[in-house]
Amino acid sequence: MVKVRLWGSLRQAADGRTEVEVEARTFKELLDRLGETYPGLAPQIARGVSLSLDGVIYREAWFTEIGPESEVVLMPYMTGG
Amino acid sequence: MSLDEYRKREFKQVGQRVRRPDGVDKVTGRAMYGADATAPGMLVGRILRSPHAHARIRGIDTSAAEALKGVKAVLTGADLPAQEDDFIRDVQDNCMARDKALYDGHAVAAVAAVDAATARAALKLIKVDYEVLPHVTDVDVAIKPGAPVVQKGRSLENVPAGMSENVTSHCEFGHGDPAAGFARADHVVERHFRTAATHQGYIEPHAALASVTSDGKAELWCCTQGQFFVRTLCAAIMGMEASQLRVTASEIGGGFGGKTTVFIEPVALALSRKAGRPVKIVMTRDEVFRATGPTVHTSTDVKIGMTKDGRITAAEAHLRYSGGAFPCGTVDMGAQAAFAAYDLEHVRTYGWNVLTNRPKEAAYRAPGAPQSIYAVESVVDELCQHFGLDPIDVRLKNAARKGTKSSYGPTFPDIGLIATLEAAKKHPHYSAPLQPGQGRGISCGFWFNFGGNSCVSLNINTDGTVGVTEGNPDIGGSRASISLMAAEELGIEYDRVRTIVADTSSLGYNDVTDGSRVTFAVGLATIKAAREAVRVMCGRAAKIWGIDAEAVEWKDGAAVPAGPNAGKFPPMSLAEIAAVSFETGGPIAGHHEVNVDGAGVSFGVHIVDVEVDKETGQTTVLRYTVFQDAGKAVHPSYVEGQMQGGAVQGIGWALNEEYIYGADGRLQNPGFLDYRVPVASDLPMIDTVILEIPNPGHPYGVRGVGETGIVPPLAAISNAVSRSAGIRLSELPMSPPRVLKALGG
Repeated sequence: MVKVRLWGSLRQAADGRTEVEVEARTFKELLDRLGETYPGLAPQIARGVSLSLDGVIYREAWFTEIGPESEVVLMPYMTGG
Repeated sequence: MSLDEYRKREFKQVGQRVRRPDGVDKVTGRAMYGADATAPGMLVGRILRSPHAHARIRGIDTSAAEALKGVKAVLTGADLPAQEDDFIRDVQDNCMARDKALYDGHAVAAVAAVDAATARAALKLIKVDYEVLPHVTDVDVAIKPGAPVVQKGRSLENVPAGMSENVTSHCEFGHGDPAAGFARADHVVERHFRTAATHQGYIEPHAALASVTSDGKAELWCCTQGQFFVRTLCAAIMGMEASQLRVTASEIGGGFGGKTTVFIEPVALALSRKAGRPVKIVMTRDEVFRATGPTVHTSTDVKIGMTKDGRITAAEAHLRYSGGAFPCGTVDMGAQAAFAAYDLEHVRTYGWNVLTNRPKEAAYRAPGAPQSIYAVESVVDELCQHFGLDPIDVRLKNAARKGTKSSYGPTFPDIGLIATLEAAKKHPHYSAPLQPGQGRGISCGFWFNFGGNSCVSLNINTDGTVGVTEGNPDIGGSRASISLMAAEELGIEYDRVRTIVADTSSLGYNDVTDGSRVTFAVGLATIKAAREAVRVMCGRAAKIWGIDAEAVEWKDGAAVPAGPNAGKFPPMSLAEIAAVSFETGGPIAGHHEVNVDGAGVSFGVHIVDVEVDKETGQTTVLRYTVFQDAGKAVHPSYVEGQMQGGAVQGIGWALNEEYIYGADGRLQNPGFLDYRVPVASDLPMIDTVILEIPNPGHPYGVRGVGETGIVPPLAAISNAVSRSAGIRLSELPMSPPRVLKALGG
């Protein structure tokens, strides 16, 4: 199981929690499981999210592998100028 | 992307201040900018814009314009297809209004005619039947229930019930229990701040030349930060396949984020398709201000608690951003960035995006971060003043570092903030004496940086020179830095490499030039492409020598036997291998396509000295020093230019620049006479200190430098003003009238 930290305004879509656990080995699996387990998160995931793995931010990269002890944080999709 | 890309090495090319490849063209006037494009039979396109901040379009009568001799096409929103995707629909509706004009300057119709005079005359013949609606241009007014609603039904599911329909999204970040943290503070400061919308102020107005043929193919030449994204947007709006639309980016006269989307490009294409001839549109400066993409304007509350020895116990911010008449997510970035420089046990940020009758926001260096960090760094400074503490010492005491749980969630890996603060503290500027009436301010800054999709093709020419093809317009020196990295990897001189920017039919997809990504991400792809070419060249040498390819290595620009067991052969240089490439298997090239991550966040610290004239309210910047971590400065002069340019734009934001709207909702200052950007005579030399703390996610340790520099100036100058004049302003810009008012004048 992978612990995923959510940002605060997603709490209401995840049964009031800002940290959830899902079974996933990659970012793709993680996003799929999050959307299935917490349908309220699906609209945000569809709009786009970034993921931080052990402090490094990824904007896409479905097949990035996640270790069981990895720190995973869901973030809004990064944009810049 | 793995974080073990970096290998320490001695550089021979990287780090040199080589001649810029675009210099001669630019100083001699040969460089081809957007407005320089031309085509046989080209028509002139002009756009009719709304004079109202908010109005329903009941009808548009174009018959008189169409009947005018010399007019070849007239376009309205009705000519463009309905779009299902919200994002594409917003882009399209911003380029050409459909049923409502949403801001002063919103495009409502366009014409293509044989010359500019005819086009202008045709615009005057178009009759638009407006029903003027109540408007709102201020974020603090628009957020209130009962305010005029700019667009109905745009609120996301995360917006709490009971708010104005203008609130389109809400976000919240942070951890801990701020209330408990504030209770432990010796002093708590809570302040309200506002920042004006500003424009990127690029010198070159938007320009586009479109040519759509009767068989459905199209060419588009335009000034943009991202020709591939232009293709994506225009193909969707035009209902075209990507392969049928080739977009070529011109030389670019500044972008800073403002040329990351489209405004006139789909209009030029649609007019060309309708007229059956090429159509060129060049914006006037008035149009650039009224109808491109300035920043958000903001309203922020910040509350910070501190102990008397300078430890922050809790921090909280409420951010209200408006990106104009369309939803935008910039507040998410501002909310995440606000407290990123601090190691906090209790922190929370809340953000709301609010619609107003203003132009659709476009990115501007580190979008969202300057505004929130201005508010935070101002309150931190006020607390330093309250306790009589040194502002750098306080920031060092509270600085985010490796292992800090950031205010936006992730735990930081190695970051360079403390090194940057320490460099600032020991710099002579920080201890230089000030004269009476002068004040010194500092501020930290932060930006995320990112990588993104990047394709590079590297060709070894038979004369031993190298051509690199990449897909990102060069807005900050990327052709030079990419050539330097290719030369470094290949072991040849910089002058042997030429880098060009490809059109969309010549290379795979490249993300926009934004996010401080190009030197980092395209540079990484270049290094990988060069390594692929080296692999091929080693293979050719091995065949010539009759040994295994594994027995050959690349050293100082030549293939050499890998060891004594490989045999004794004289080195074969790149030029020697290239010269016989036709005989040894054909042309030699390397290419690399990747979506790069691992950019590494960036911190900066600025020190500024100012003097406020208490009679006129004018603030003079006396001395300015920028400290920033570049990872590895590939071309130090360009890095310094990025740091200086960011600082100057931030100085303008702090002191003078603002979108000013009248009670009628119309922009009052759409020109550089009334929208005052700093010019050289306003400024001292901006000194720079480049720190080089290698980014583990890049082979040479590079990290982006393009955006962080604009973040600290807002607060640094505000903090300096407070120490010079004894007043704490909480609204930007700190223009002379506003300073005088604060002084009681």
